[in-house]
Amino acid sequence: MSRYFKAEIRENRPVHTVHNLLTLNVPLSMPEPRPGQFFMVEVNKGTDPLLKRAFSLFRKTAQGVQILYRIRGKGTEILKDMKEGSEIEVLGPLGTCYPLPSGDTIPLIIAGGIGIASVFSLVEQLSGRATVFYGARTKNDLLMHKELKGFAKEILVSTDDGSAGQKGTIADSLSAFLSRPQSPTPKYRIYACGPHPLLKIVSEIAREFKISANISMEEHMACGIGACLGCVVRTRDGYTRVCKEGPVFEAREIVW
Amino acid sequence: MTMDLSVRIGSLELKNPVMTASGTFGYGEEYAEFLDLSRLGAVVVKGLSLLPKEGNPPPRIVETASGMLNAIGLQNIGIQRFIDEKIPFLRTYDTKVIVNFFGDSIDEYVAAAERLSSVEGIHGLEMNISCPNKQAGWCIFGTDPRVTAQVVSAVRKATPLPLIVKLSPNVTDISLMAKVAEEAGADALSVINTLTGMVIDIKTRKPKLANRTGGLSGPAIKPVAVRMVYEVFKAVKVPVIGMGGIMHPDDAIEFLLAGATAVAVGTANFVNPRATIDILDGIMAYMKDEKVEDINLLRGAAHAI
Ligand SMILES: Cc1cc2nc3c(=O)[nH]c(=O)nc-3n(C[C@H](O)[C@H](O)[C@H](O)COP(=O)(O)OP(=O)(O)OC[C@H]3O[C@@H](n4cnc5c(N)ncnc54)[C@H](O)[C@@H]3O)c2cc1C
Ligand SMILES: Cc1cc2nc3c(=O)[nH]c(=O)nc-3n(C[C@H](O)[C@H](O)[C@H](O)COP(=O)(O)O)c2cc1C
Ligand code: FES
Repeated sequence: MSRYFKAEIRENRPVHTVHNLLTLNVPLSMPEPRPGQFFMVEVNKGTDPLLKRAFSLFRKTAQGVQILYRIRGKGTEILKDMKEGSEIEVLGPLGTCYPLPSGDTIPLIIAGGIGIASVFSLVEQLSGRATVFYGARTKNDLLMHKELKGFAKEILVSTDDGSAGQKGTIADSLSAFLSRPQSPTPKYRIYACGPHPLLKIVSEIAREFKISANISMEEHMACGIGACLGCVVRTRDGYTRVCKEGPVFEAREIVW
Repeated sequence: MTMDLSVRIGSLELKNPVMTASGTFGYGEEYAEFLDLSRLGAVVVKGLSLLPKEGNPPPRIVETASGMLNAIGLQNIGIQRFIDEKIPFLRTYDTKVIVNFFGDSIDEYVAAAERLSSVEGIHGLEMNISCPNKQAGWCIFGTDPRVTAQVVSAVRKATPLPLIVKLSPNVTDISLMAKVAEEAGADALSVINTLTGMVIDIKTRKPKLANRTGGLSGPAIKPVAVRMVYEVFKAVKVPVIGMGGIMHPDDAIEFLLAGATAVAVGTANFVNPRATIDILDGIMAYMKDEKVEDINLLRGAAHAI
């Protein structure tokens, strides 16, 4: 029963106009969550909304499990008003995690928008090894940028409006980074989470430069544990469950 | 007080009336870490066909007020892989295993039923007739009484196992369909499958499901399901398995009072993976409070005037 439990809300505070950071006090019997895994979180005691919501592990600290979420619709609207001390039901940790790079490999981590929630703990675990490509709409939308600096080797920022870092997409800056003349070419591994179109471009870039890539996919979920077959994406093996065989997939497995 | 929770579905004896609804409990193993499957009256597995089926493109699910629409498209691993990979695991539990199955022609239904009938560890079959008939322009087997009669009697001849027919609620008169299935040889009826629905995205101006339509389940459909169980109970003699929006013990008891012999828990498993056990415990607490010694005494009690 250790992957299904009641968690007490330690903290639920805004970190941006439309993003909150939730800290949950979790039982000791919960398996250790790994970067890339997610939780199904109860947002409501009643029946509307009915289903739990999927959120990535943002960080695991001495305080508990942290989730960074964007207030988007019915469920997250309710979640944002939940008070410290209240209890919610949680399933997790669920799904696959990012496989760690071997010692001689340079990890390149791509985070588009709220995708930072999924890769932050990977950057943290790789303490100082990762080069992070971080993209957002504007400077103001770069969440947890300061915290990230403490763990990354370097952070290459791009914004849609040029208010911070490069103007343009992170796919452009990844492409430019990999196209620099280098000899010998270092061994890289790519990890990416973000909007679907970004993941598609990153997968194409990875193929072009012959770099292994792991990407985190999203689909609407009901059960989170592989039972309903609601959350599939198309892979080379046919329709495959994001909650069980994913959310982290080898990029070359995905059929776009 | 001693309490008898056992119920009979045709020749099948269940230790209690709580079952899982097909498609909401995987092949059982997905839930084994959250509850003891041996406590369940029966495990009904995801619908199977003779050959594996890919299912529909995503998005396959969308939430609605107090419910959800699904258009999984009957994705499954096929009967052979189920027998090889899933049955050995299920056999280690002390529960009844009921296999939900379907075909896209009468021949396929028959072949599937025959294949499943010789497997040790399968205690009953549940026929899903809410699927399209390739031979008859993809109209639904479960909505045309003549086709329903044909397919059920063909399957009846093909299997000695207890045969449950799962009725579609997308019909004008469910008691007529129930009588047709009973006459064609069904040992029991499952009532109800999902109600066809649609959700449209007002920004993209398109249906949210890739399949456009999907099946509505969850608390939103419960009153419809209870009414249908009530009507079917009046119309037939065979046992009825009630389902549709059961979230809590009280919901399950409502179905028993409407005439159900057993109940199946579906969408609730997604919200609470231990829902079946919580519902079973709640039914027992109710029986204790109300001094009901035999669960069968509750069946159809709402019909008494
Ligand atoms: C594996 C995984 C990890 C995720 N991690 C995070 C995270 O760390 N931080 C974060 O802010 N968001 C994350 N999301 C997205 C998050 O689940 C949705 O934003 C959230 O469910 C929206 O709920 P809502 O009720 O506010 O929105 P509504 O739009 O009202 O939701 C309606 C329905 O659609 C589903 N839904 C809506 N958008 C999405 C989406 N993008 N992905 C999946 N289901 C969706 C909801 O679960 C719900 O069933 C993740 C999604 C997945 C699948
Ligand atoms: C995701 C999902 C998949 C389903 N798959 C099947 C199936 O394969 N065969 C079947 O007969 N019914 C299937 N059903 C219908 C359920 O077994 C049940 O009849 C229905 O959902 C109503 O019960 P509920 O409201 O408790 O979920 C499915 C339902 C859902 C939600
Ligand atoms: S959410 Fe149910 S199978 Fe993935």
